[in-house]
Amino acid sequence: MSTLISTVAAGFDVEKIRQDFPVLKQTVHGKPLVYLDSAATAQKPFAVIDAIRKFHEVDCANIHRGVHELSQRSTAAYEETRAKTKKFLNAKNEAELIFVRGTTEGINLVSSSWGRTNVKAGDEIVISAMEHHSNIVPWQMLCEEKGARLRVIPMNERGELILEEYEKLLNPRTRMVAVAHVSNALGTINPIRQMIAMAHSAGALALIDGAQAAPHMKVDVQALDADFYTLSGHKICGPTGIGILYGKTKLLNAMPPYQGGGDMIRTVTFEKTTYNELPYKFEAGTPNIAGGIGMGAALDYLSRIGLDNIAAYEHELLVYGTSLLEQIPGLRIIGTAKEKAAVLSFVIEGIHPHDIGTVLDRQGIAVRTGHHCAQPVMDWFHIPATTRASLAFYNTSAELDKLAAGLKKVKEIFS
Amino acid sequence: MVDDLYQEVILDHSKRPRNCHSMDDANRKAEGYNPLCGDKLKLFLKIENDVVKDVSFVGSGCAISTASASLMTESLKGKSRAEALKLLDKFHELLTTDTPVSKDLGKLVVFCGVRDYPARVKCATLAWHTLKSALTAEELEPVVTTE
Ligand SMILES: Cc1ncc(COP(=O)(O)O)c(C=O)c1O
Repeated sequence: MSTLISTVAAGFDVEKIRQDFPVLKQTVHGKPLVYLDSAATAQKPFAVIDAIRKFHEVDCANIHRGVHELSQRSTAAYEETRAKTKKFLNAKNEAELIFVRGTTEGINLVSSSWGRTNVKAGDEIVISAMEHHSNIVPWQMLCEEKGARLRVIPMNERGELILEEYEKLLNPRTRMVAVAHVSNALGTINPIRQMIAMAHSAGALALIDGAQAAPHMKVDVQALDADFYTLSGHKICGPTGIGILYGKTKLLNAMPPYQGGGDMIRTVTFEKTTYNELPYKFEAGTPNIAGGIGMGAALDYLSRIGLDNIAAYEHELLVYGTSLLEQIPGLRIIGTAKEKAAVLSFVIEGIHPHDIGTVLDRQGIAVRTGHHCAQPVMDWFHIPATTRASLAFYNTSAELDKLAAGLKKVKEIFS
Repeated sequence: MVDDLYQEVILDHSKRPRNCHSMDDANRKAEGYNPLCGDKLKLFLKIENDVVKDVSFVGSGCAISTASASLMTESLKGKSRAEALKLLDKFHELLTTDTPVSKDLGKLVVFCGVRDYPARVKCATLAWHTLKSALTAEELEPVVTTE
């Protein structure tokens, strides 16, 4: 049934890749699972599951300052992820990479630590109309506290940011531009290299929410000249509760600690504490060690497959899936940017996304329905919610056929 | 099967909801909101001598929440406040427990399939949560969410 013929570089064998993901082998409600919710969280390959298991079975110990063998092993494995992340993002050095809980904490770290010391009344923070709530609320809180102003780059009906309007928003009061690299609700890939350069020309910094970009394309923070770039481990096939915040050394050095506690200090007396050097200054307390090690395995895994291969294959899936959905009468795709990642957000006339989601689920098809933590995007399109199928490199064109067939069944029930 | 959830009566009421209009002379109103799916509902009640004389709603929602609101309005007319609240408890029981289906529920039994869809219980109860706040809240136009 499928007409998709992969043009992807030899060596990319999706059936072989699927063998790496145990979760994909199950049936749901008696049907083979079709997992189309990777933008919410990506599935985990054996490589990641095994790495976490090995840590708990063999190397489990707290990290840093341990003289015993296990502690040295766990420290080495955890810190190796920092080295792998440096390569993954092409950062200049490892000290620029701070372990956080995920994108949300990465953004909060910057809005708290950098924001508190650098933003004052009358200053302006620029975000965009398509941000995830995690890249809206922390800045809103900061603006409220400081009497600063939050400004929003508008988008067009395809879900693309309007750069002329962005240009007009920038002025000497602009302190920070915080935008998503890729929108989770629309799939739009924003021209962040250009947007960062524009922010810099106005004397502002730029933070990039890379949660949806990191799993799907090569990211080079130096080439982008991003000041901060943050991502979530669980969206790149790693475990939950771990992520990375990249920041330029000069900026991080000038920022006060985010949280106080163990590990982030050099010396402590009751009179005075001196802080540790980067990156540890921002890493208080025992971190998610297993998560960090698991994320390292995920980075290895993705690098082995190759982000370029992943991007090319997912683009084929996107084109194929788009053509299938466009044939369904009454269906409207929300987010039709020219530059788009493999996200298919849509509405069907007269049928609520929640009902679509339930009917698909009973056919083993997992999609997300709702506002996708981007309520302003829904408001912009005057819809309460969408159904979103988000794809990953382990999905197949046959699964998209099943999605289309599932949607036919939805229409039968509700027509 | 998904047809157990979307029974004919539910589909009918979701496509052609009854009592779906605003009411100028209502003496109790309440708004309900399900932040999970963005469903919104406004409920209008005319209560005289502690009896529901008239009830209507407006809103946008999924098939389950729309049908639930529609069937709720049908089953409320003529009921006293206490009877309405008792019906609410019975309805909630229908959705969330395995107890045998109560006869008092009448047409509302079509929602028994929701039991097997825990993610959809909030859709089916939105109208009823809103009803509860309309009947019991101190203020005249309360707003509730299902969270
Ligand atoms: C664009 C975007 N930003 C931020 C986040 C928040 O990520 P996390 O919940 O992992 O902190 C997400 C997750 O859905 C996202 O898609």
